[in-house]
Amino acid sequence: MKNYLEFENQIADLEGRIAELRAVAENGDTESLDAEITRLEDKAQRALKDLYNKLDPWQKTQVARHPERPHCENYIASLISDFAPMAGDRKFAEDLAIIGGPGRFNGEPVMVIGQEKGHDTQSRLKRNFGMARPEGYRKAVRLMELAGRFGLPVITFIDTAGAYPGIGAEERGQAEAIARSTDCCLALGVPMISVVIGEGGSGGALAIAAANSVLMLEHAIYSVISPEGAASILWRDSAKAREAATAMKITAQDLIRLKVIDGIIDEPSGGAHRDSAKTISATGAAIADALLPLKHLSADELRKHRHDKYLAIGRDL
Amino acid sequence: MNWIKNFVRPKIRSILGDKKDTPDNMWVKCPETGQMVFYRDLEANMFVIPDSGVHMRMAPDVRLKTMFDDATWTAIDLPKAAIDPLKFRDQRKYTDRLKEARQKNDRDDAIVAGAGTIDGAEAVVVVQDFSFMGGSLGMAAGDAIITSMREAAARGCPYVLFVASGGARMQEGILSLMQLPRTTVAVQELRQAGCPYIVVLTNPTTGGVSASYAMLGDVQIAEPGALIGFAGQRVIEQTIREKLPDGFQRAEYLRDHGMIDMVVERKHMRATISRLIRLLTKAEALAAEPPAPDEETAPEPAEVSA
Repeated sequence: MKNYLEFENQIADLEGRIAELRAVAENGDTESLDAEITRLEDKAQRALKDLYNKLDPWQKTQVARHPERPHCENYIASLISDFAPMAGDRKFAEDLAIIGGPGRFNGEPVMVIGQEKGHDTQSRLKRNFGMARPEGYRKAVRLMELAGRFGLPVITFIDTAGAYPGIGAEERGQAEAIARSTDCCLALGVPMISVVIGEGGSGGALAIAAANSVLMLEHAIYSVISPEGAASILWRDSAKAREAATAMKITAQDLIRLKVIDGIIDEPSGGAHRDSAKTISATGAAIADALLPLKHLSADELRKHRHDKYLAIGRDL
Repeated sequence: MNWIKNFVRPKIRSILGDKKDTPDNMWVKCPETGQMVFYRDLEANMFVIPDSGVHMRMAPDVRLKTMFDDATWTAIDLPKAAIDPLKFRDQRKYTDRLKEARQKNDRDDAIVAGAGTIDGAEAVVVVQDFSFMGGSLGMAAGDAIITSMREAAARGCPYVLFVASGGARMQEGILSLMQLPRTTVAVQELRQAGCPYIVVLTNPTTGGVSASYAMLGDVQIAEPGALIGFAGQRVIEQTIREKLPDGFQRAEYLRDHGMIDMVVERKHMRATISRLIRLLTKAEALAAEPPAPDEETAPEPAEVSA
């Protein structure tokens, strides 16, 4: 049974009918049914395309959070060879909400870091739903510094609702950990590329996304606070999430207009979760393109590139 | 309250120098004990409730007066930022909220920055004021932090920040989040210039502000009882469905967990900052400070063989 989003009713209906016809066709008379199946498939394909061409920000939020959307682990499995995952912040603990380690991207050694939400109940609990604690950010800092020392470009995959809001996380300095991680990104002497593959949830996302080039998938979101959070604070009504999602300008299309991100990676018709392989390979190509102009810059030039880029944001609006 | 207050526009009022918002005879209630205190007495005690020791909010100009020599300083010009590029509207228009905050505070945004001397040592002192839309960090405040840090870097002098903020200004969406890396770039410039950066966390400092420049100081001081943290207490309670421990996210709690250097009462703030500045810039100690141990009577350091 496929996982349809609430606004995909029409698609669900059409695909349901196609499945029924296929079942009938298997039991005999196929001639007349084949034409009908083809017609419905075309119709479903067109409807899906139309629907996804005009998703509103709240619908995009749901697509960005879709459980079957490719996650960090999937990107690493497809794009990175020789991946050597590394654990721990050397201070307190290992945090499985953030995956990281060296590996090869198109044959070249790189450092990969990303948030992983998990794909079923067990792995979601293990990964704390992709919400990192201070240890996760401190591990990221350790890996980024390692990359800096050995001259490996850093690639990060962003997919988190935000940093974990818990007692222990606060006691161990969640705010400081995020601040230091952002600080580390901005001081790196190697190229850094970040891709928002799903949810870019506030400071917890930014902490590993202050990069030379920030890319977003077509239906990903990146926001200062979740639409639900903004709705409950500013509208005093968490049911106003759709309004909040729209007002805050959280889509890739909004962010490129505001010059906050550097590129958008197209998703297959019907979203990344309908064709993971195609999405991941498009992402790989976009990362390679983004890395190319940075490869020949010196450490100081890379830092300056990053500093100038961030200082310019919002200055010409 | 007099006729000038009532009828003269804020700009003119500031020229006339009548900035007092609260009449002397008003009572202020202690948020912890409920005790009523004369405003005049509170003011005389640096806005600390005399009996309970609760540190109340302090207006930026009052704060700067307590810090700089002769209570004088040069205001640092802060750049104008784009206003409401998202055309944001929740229950009200953001521009209306902003206009109201500007009128109420007689200022463009949350930050006031001054350059002057502290016990003769040059310093830039900056206040992020909670009274202005919860001290929230938007483009204007981000630019104010950057500009004032660059001013300190250009002067080669220490940078002291008194911060209070609920975090990023949600009405500026992603552009407010982008102030985290932007201000962090400025902190790096300050470091590059070799300027000490002293942060004083005041009540409350949370969210995106705590997750960027407010936690990146060379020295982290907090005022007693200040609420400091990343996530809001309500969010944490809803997430973990547990009661929070006593004193959670308060200054003393952070100090005990190793997250800040010291908790300093307001009456000792100026002397503490002055001492730190002189130590970190290798300036002479102040004459009034307790004398260092007499060199002649101090024990000889033991010889260490190679």
